[in-house]
Amino acid sequence: MEAFTTLLATAVPMDLPNIDTDRIIPARFLRKPREAGYQQFFFHDVRFNPDGSENGDFVLNQPPFRQAKILVTADNFGCGSSREGAVWALMHHGIRCVIGPSFGDIFMENCFKNGVLAIVVSAETAAGLRGQLHDHPGAHMSVDLERQTVTAPDGTAHRFDVHPFRKQALLKGQDEIALTMEYAQAIEAHEARRAAEMPWLLSGDGPAA
Amino acid sequence: MPTMFEKIWSRHVVAEGPGGQTLLYVDRHLLHDGSPEAFRRLRAAGRTVRRPRELVATADHYVPTGAGSEASANEEIQGMVEALARNSRELGITQFGRGDVRQGIVHVIGPEQGLTQPGIVLVCGDSHTATHGAFGALAFGIGSTEVEHVLATQCLWQRKPKVMRITVEGARPFGVAAKDVILAVIARIGAAGAVGHAIEYAGPVIRGMSMEERMTVCNMSIEAGARAGMIAPDETTFAYLEGRPYAPKGAHQERALALWKTVPSDADAVFDGEVSLDAAAIAPTVTWGTSPQDALPISARVPDPAREGDHFRREAMGRALDYMGLRPGTPLSEIAVDRVFIGSCTNSRIEDLRAAAAVARGRHAVVTAWVVPGSGLIKRAAEAEGLHEIFRAAGFEWREPGCSMCIGMNGDTARSGERVASTSNRNFEGRQGKGARTHLMSPAMAAAAAVTGRLTDVRSLYPSPPSGERAAVRAEPLASSGEARAE
Repeated sequence: MEAFTTLLATAVPMDLPNIDTDRIIPARFLRKPREAGYQQFFFHDVRFNPDGSENGDFVLNQPPFRQAKILVTADNFGCGSSREGAVWALMHHGIRCVIGPSFGDIFMENCFKNGVLAIVVSAETAAGLRGQLHDHPGAHMSVDLERQTVTAPDGTAHRFDVHPFRKQALLKGQDEIALTMEYAQAIEAHEARRAAEMPWLLSGDGPAA
Repeated sequence: MPTMFEKIWSRHVVAEGPGGQTLLYVDRHLLHDGSPEAFRRLRAAGRTVRRPRELVATADHYVPTGAGSEASANEEIQGMVEALARNSRELGITQFGRGDVRQGIVHVIGPEQGLTQPGIVLVCGDSHTATHGAFGALAFGIGSTEVEHVLATQCLWQRKPKVMRITVEGARPFGVAAKDVILAVIARIGAAGAVGHAIEYAGPVIRGMSMEERMTVCNMSIEAGARAGMIAPDETTFAYLEGRPYAPKGAHQERALALWKTVPSDADAVFDGEVSLDAAAIAPTVTWGTSPQDALPISARVPDPAREGDHFRREAMGRALDYMGLRPGTPLSEIAVDRVFIGSCTNSRIEDLRAAAAVARGRHAVVTAWVVPGSGLIKRAAEAEGLHEIFRAAGFEWREPGCSMCIGMNGDTARSGERVASTSNRNFEGRQGKGARTHLMSPAMAAAAAVTGRLTDVRSLYPSPPSGERAAVRAEPLASSGEARAE
């Protein structure tokens, strides 16, 4: 996983609440391998017209926002399906940080597993940031994970909360499985206890006769 | 004192990790054909599966469900099903593949096989995993990196969510299905209403539900933002599980029952949030927009964005109506449909099929209508009681088990602009096919739409309920669900 420390980049606003992961990446692309280039699937059916041309009205297609690496959203961005392809598409498109009032729980988890920083701010703060980005298309924002600050286009710094576990993993680009392996003894102890308490769960040979 | 959630959580803590993150043990990990990337990464990292013999996999998202399924012709789609079979074979994982009568939608077969049990932690790489919470399990969906993590370690790093109790009081009126109850809940609290929470559903209406109905309710927890939804296990739960292939047997059965009875929340448990609904106020419900929260009684009209105060919500509503091709003020019962889909992990179980068949019986579909059973065993059980003949006589298509048109990954999609009355769980833009328009509803309501060609109050098709009886959406007495079991 790629580490995340600081980011200074163009930010793009998305104002609609409840943008689901089906919209972020339609299901028919989920059978494509990672090598397929997921950036083309990002918001595919909104970004492209039926004839394959770009939909110029869609914010990601507008010149000031094409290189954006920060996405500022409304409530419940990434709700719905657990598809991690939504985060892969977002990353491959170049987004490294999403900022909004709330996110789909699984989407947010998937972000952190892939080196994308998801920041929760108040609805007012998010609306304020989106307003500034609309007023100054192409404006930059900066994010400092170590100091836990987001700096708005107007220079206002907003402090954000991030779980220390997620923060450390992101700062170091840490592999969680390797960390878990350090708990091998505790896992074995739990499994021994479980085997004694719920032995029927261990019918690994399939259904009993 | 503790809630059901807290009891299950604390019994599964392996270790408290850095920064207050908890390493949680996973009892059951169910696999389907949508996670080849997890296997690929696991192999690439040279890691092994920790407990392969406790894993069960089934092909559901990408299997063809009948004639005309793109899945039969498309190599890429076939490759997804084959990859699961290959990975399962090579890693020693039990797989219910094509041709196995136990094959079906992962959230249908877990309970059907008795894999889903009270008090366990169950995960699956699918957001509708909350379905299994109907048994008093802590069950939640995970992404594919987490699937890889569980394969390798049988554990997950988790932050403890809050717990919200949703109590459904009173009694369900005649003709109101479990689907109507959960749609009403989502409309009430919103699509983000339970983000960061696990939901416990409680109250007399929930307690009075069958396991199939409870699964329908828990299934859609994610549509209200909750990763997990759960219902206290009781005699209904225990009776459902008895004799299932993976359920405890013999001496284990008594021990399991004793443990399961300790699972429900204590009477004095305190929840982080409380919501209460009166079932008497719930009517047969349909969605009009592109979020499951856009749900209204069938007697209502398409809402008017102009009446919405918030600018962004107004814009979202306008966009939804535009996508759905609807005009504000149109009575919902005047909306004509092009297709009907009865199936999905929300509503493809035997009771769902009976409810739809009760409406279809003696009538005829005027639009294309599919019935896709949730598993091979459900299909067999339905055929044993003649439901397939009722459907076929009514002009419905009786298909093979799979996720099918709920998500269309196997190519079972509606055409652009087509309007679908669907028993599935999501009415998102493009969910059932690019440009397809989805209206969510119960199986009985979907069958009613099939025979009238428009969104219809199913109650208008029923004879009056017997006085003094709380009749559910069924026209005939129900046998127990015991038919849907493996021999």
